[in-house]
Amino acid sequence: MSPHDGPGHDHEHDHGPHPYQPDIEDSGYTERMVMAQAVEELLIEKGIITADEMRAQVELMDSREPALGAKVVARAWADPAFKQRLLEDVNKAAAEMDIDTGHIPIRAVENTPDVHNVIVCTLCSCYPRLLIGLPPDWYKSRAYRSRTVREPRVVLAEFGTEIADDVEVRVHDSTADLRYMVLPMRPAGTDDWDEDRLAELVNRDSMIGVSLASEPK
Amino acid sequence: MTIRRHHDMGGLDAGTVEPVEHDYAIWEKRVDAIVKLMSTEDRPYLSTDELRRGIEELGPGVYDELNYYERWISSATNLMLEKGVFSVKELGRKMADVESRWQAAGAKPQ
Repeated sequence: MSPHDGPGHDHEHDHGPHPYQPDIEDSGYTERMVMAQAVEELLIEKGIITADEMRAQVELMDSREPALGAKVVARAWADPAFKQRLLEDVNKAAAEMDIDTGHIPIRAVENTPDVHNVIVCTLCSCYPRLLIGLPPDWYKSRAYRSRTVREPRVVLAEFGTEIADDVEVRVHDSTADLRYMVLPMRPAGTDDWDEDRLAELVNRDSMIGVSLASEPK
Repeated sequence: MTIRRHHDMGGLDAGTVEPVEHDYAIWEKRVDAIVKLMSTEDRPYLSTDELRRGIEELGPGVYDELNYYERWISSATNLMLEKGVFSVKELGRKMADVESRWQAAGAKPQ
């Protein structure tokens, strides 16, 4: 199920404050949900934000999915000059493809036959969200945050990714001011593939570095 | 030896990474949106660093009890109170108002 299929998706196109939300109806509300609704209404009443801005912002994040990052990776595979620009400045390279990745710099780290990269945020949950969407829960979990910097090979194996002993594993700890994305290796047997086809091989986890790009079927 | 704060968990022992995905609930997306909208150039109320500081200041008990976006809204709300965006009284009144509306519509607390 994609994030778009979540309960109450249609609801976010309504106008104004939400007196009743399907996710609350289904499972009950918590004090923090009440707080969130109250804060939103206060900010709108005070004219600090508008209901339209809220809707636009939710829609912006809904539009950010791994497929966006996959397109960028596929172009880097297909176009060496673009790859060079991507490695120099992800935000600028993505802008060439009309993808606005915001003001926080994202650095691409390239997997090679000798080096495998993986990203984590030990302190919180920093993630290249404007390029590949919101992070999965496990990325924010205590287990992933704690162990990835100490025993990355073991963590990768838990994702079914075995990295050969002669391949160096580099772990990149993201911060509020610098995010990372992994540029996975292009799978063999894809030499004559175009970008659209290549993009289908770029799964989300391969851009986090816990897996490799999918093999061509 | 360095004394760690509870959010600083890099390198510590922990269990297996459970490959849990998450479909973000609408309320979570709206918390995300509030934080983003309040951290723009013309609304510099919440910076990423401040939000994180606020989350770290929730303390070990609350930090582990709350889920991710519950931590976010707690921190963001504290920061906005601190900066006088709204008052404790306004917030309390509005929360009571929201809760009674939800209850009137048939919703129940978890």
